[in-house]
Amino acid sequence: MKAHLSRRYLFSASHRLHSEAMSEDENKSTYGKCNNPYGHGHNYTIEVTVSGPVDDKTGMVCNLVDLDGFIEREVLARYGHENLNTLREFSQEVPTTENLCIQIYEIVQRGFHEAHLERVRLEETMMNSFEYAGRAESAGSFDREPGQ
Amino acid sequence: MVYLTRKAEFSASHYYHNPDFTPEENRRVFGKCNNPNGHGHNYTLEVTVKGQVDPRSGFVVDLKQLKEIMHREVLDAMDHRFLNKEVPEFLHRIPTTENIAIAIWQRLAAKLASAKLHRVRVYETPDLFVDFFGEL
Repeated sequence: MKAHLSRRYLFSASHRLHSEAMSEDENKSTYGKCNNPYGHGHNYTIEVTVSGPVDDKTGMVCNLVDLDGFIEREVLARYGHENLNTLREFSQEVPTTENLCIQIYEIVQRGFHEAHLERVRLEETMMNSFEYAGRAESAGSFDREPGQ
Repeated sequence: MVYLTRKAEFSASHYYHNPDFTPEENRRVFGKCNNPNGHGHNYTLEVTVKGQVDPRSGFVVDLKQLKEIMHREVLDAMDHRFLNKEVPEFLHRIPTTENIAIAIWQRLAAKLASAKLHRVRVYETPDLFVDFFGEL
């Protein structure tokens, strides 16, 4: 039987929202306080959801130790206590939480193969969260009917 | 279609062990969860049902009845229990969060009359939860 397993992780990082494609005024009007040149930080929460058949021998979708180890090595170690603007993936791209969510999804999708990645949800604050479920037109947990 | 979710909490102990594995294999696969004396969690259960809103009552489901079914079928059986030893489903199946969600689905699905079970979500901790949608 197929189940969905979700796990949440915390990390803290700083960023500045600023686009080279915009004028100074446009940056200020688009990003507001987030355009402050010195940057600012958040405590982010990542929620990773994977799915698959529940293994008869272990009762698990995938071994949690392996998922935790992967996220720790590949995601938390990369982004935790960093200034996101200094990282390669954000040298050309604005480190909005949308873009960070996509980056994290791609990392897990590329490197973690013990279960199917359903979606990554990223909370920037308790008030703002973003979800990415891959390129296909899908809204992640807003798909109320599984399999559609 | 409207979705309605009811929450409940229960506390239980469990441990992970497969009698077909060697002791080393059990320790390697299940780690600390293999301690035969068990350990416990405060579980949060979320049951989501779906259906049309009844034009007379304005309800998808009578919440009082849903609450009673959840109490009778799930909480009476699992709250303050050692799952491996006291809940029939887990005498021969490992009480992982995945299997707990499946067992709760199976207990509830047949008992719901007016609304259809959509999702069973079980939180083992606030940072770990499983969703089961009845998929084979």
